[in-house]
Amino acid sequence: MSAPAISETRRRVPIVILIAALIVTAMVICAILGEKIAPDSPFLQRLGVGDTPPSPVHVAGTDLLGRDVLSRVIYGARTALVGPVVVAAGAFAIATLLGLLSGYLGGLVDSAIMRWVDFMFALPGPLVAIVVVGVVGGGYWTAVLVLAVLFSAPDTRIVRSAVLEQRPLPYIDAARTLGISRTRILFVHILPNIAPIILAYVVLDFAFALVNLAGLSFLGLGVEPGTPDWGRMLFENRSILFSNPVALLLPAVMIILTAVSMNLIGDWLYERFAK
Amino acid sequence: MLGAAPSTGSTAITDRPGGGSSLVVFVMRRLAVTIPLLLMISFGVFALVHIAPGDPASSLLGARASDPATLAVVRARYHLDDPFLVQYGKWLSQVIRGDLGVSIQGNRAVTSTIADRLGVTIILSLMSTTLVLGIGILLGAVAAFRCGTRLDRAIVIFGVFGISSPAFVTGIFLLYVFGVLLHWFPVFGPGEGILDRAWHLTLPAFALATSVMAIVIKITRAAMIEELARDYVTFARARGLSSRRIFFAYVLRNSLIPVVTAAGLIVVGIVAGAIYVEVTFSLPGLGALTIDAIQKRDIPTIQGTTLLFSAFVVLVNLAVDVIYTLVDPRIRFGRVES
Repeated sequence: MSAPAISETRRRVPIVILIAALIVTAMVICAILGEKIAPDSPFLQRLGVGDTPPSPVHVAGTDLLGRDVLSRVIYGARTALVGPVVVAAGAFAIATLLGLLSGYLGGLVDSAIMRWVDFMFALPGPLVAIVVVGVVGGGYWTAVLVLAVLFSAPDTRIVRSAVLEQRPLPYIDAARTLGISRTRILFVHILPNIAPIILAYVVLDFAFALVNLAGLSFLGLGVEPGTPDWGRMLFENRSILFSNPVALLLPAVMIILTAVSMNLIGDWLYERFAK
Repeated sequence: MLGAAPSTGSTAITDRPGGGSSLVVFVMRRLAVTIPLLLMISFGVFALVHIAPGDPASSLLGARASDPATLAVVRARYHLDDPFLVQYGKWLSQVIRGDLGVSIQGNRAVTSTIADRLGVTIILSLMSTTLVLGIGILLGAVAAFRCGTRLDRAIVIFGVFGISSPAFVTGIFLLYVFGVLLHWFPVFGPGEGILDRAWHLTLPAFALATSVMAIVIKITRAAMIEELARDYVTFARARGLSSRRIFFAYVLRNSLIPVVTAAGLIVVGIVAGAIYVEVTFSLPGLGALTIDAIQKRDIPTIQGTTLLFSAFVVLVNLAVDVIYTLVDPRIRFGRVES
């Protein structure tokens, strides 16, 4: 019941967040339209041309195989966005289920789930991802799966503590008194109340997954060779740092821009809705 | 988010207040958690041979000629004909005695390859850790003191960029600006001699430090803002103590406790970041060795470095927890609410 003036200022979205949302929208458009908006084919090789600095024909120059860098960067939005979406959604699907059970049921279930979370926390996550993806093989989708499992541990802890905050509230008691089933209390009553926290962390997870997946591709473990992918471009174009630095700087800027935008949006969602 | 967490909170003892004896109990409890953890990690590392696609014997042989005789030697060397758990037991006892097997490249013992590469990684990690703690705590403290000003906002934004920019991306920017454009620093290689090496490792150390530093800035800033608002600070000010005295004698020490708690995150950040940075700057360290071994499917070397990295992370966490209880008596007496 706050005064209208106060809720007005609280509801206004900061300009930084608007810019971040705009950047993310642009990335999504690139990912969906891909080769339709790219000025050139991202795959067409011109071995005779080789790596050239930016020119009117190729605004961001060409890579070692004569492929248009700008088109590859635009097309690369696809692997940059799809994987992290799956990682964040997968991690929170696991975490929401485990966190709800652990926080609401307590007892043995809680102890078992928390021992698993503690174990995952004690592992050096990024190293596990590198070694497992490297040894098992399978590239991008193995990486997505491994990251989703690794991320689900800290996320479980977040969901659990959010559930623990809800449990002593009167509406839970009321629902119990009315004889509403446990499953219904968990998914129909508690889940909507903790959804803002989950949403904020899904966005933050996305940013972290983006950086990790790009990293694995940079090490040559993610996407297939030849795929236009920002991390992979950093790996393949390292040797042309002097002849066409844009081939490295542009994908690097894209990784940072997307990750910064998602981190800002996630932090803002958390401050705005989850506190 | 990814990585080791401070386990202090959950294992803080709640025994009756007491001096040395409860400390011993605490250390014993931490050890009781650490040893099974190390065993589970070693089991995972051992299982890599069997997780790798293809027959374990040929994975262990790599590209060498796989005639029946050589295969039989490898099967015997790695006890591949024994039951799975027996294999693990024998492998573990070899590892404990310092035998990590033989690399598939050039028939060298994995331990001696690791010994060759260890130096670069150690210097790189020490340089970055110094930067992370030095600059991270400094910036966090400045931001807290100037909370709400432009300077504070600039530091917070730097932190967001640091968290969003992985070491290999930061590394490429540093390479381009300071190596290619300004020619201030060498672009590749580890250098020779102590000074030259430090010179070559400056850019890599900064690249590695930036993302981890962001975590330290965030924690220090939050902790210090909270500490500065406490009654004892107001009281010290009222008594007329100088700002410098209040800062160094009271506020700094109390706000560093959360930073110590984050030591696990910092160590994982440095170890994993070192892998990326060594590849970015073509440094012959343990991280680059791991990636090289992965590309050549050299399982014994992968096992060796992975075991070393993860044991290091686990043991540093253990050491930090023990030191932490020694430093902060509130934990020893079980009075810290987590």
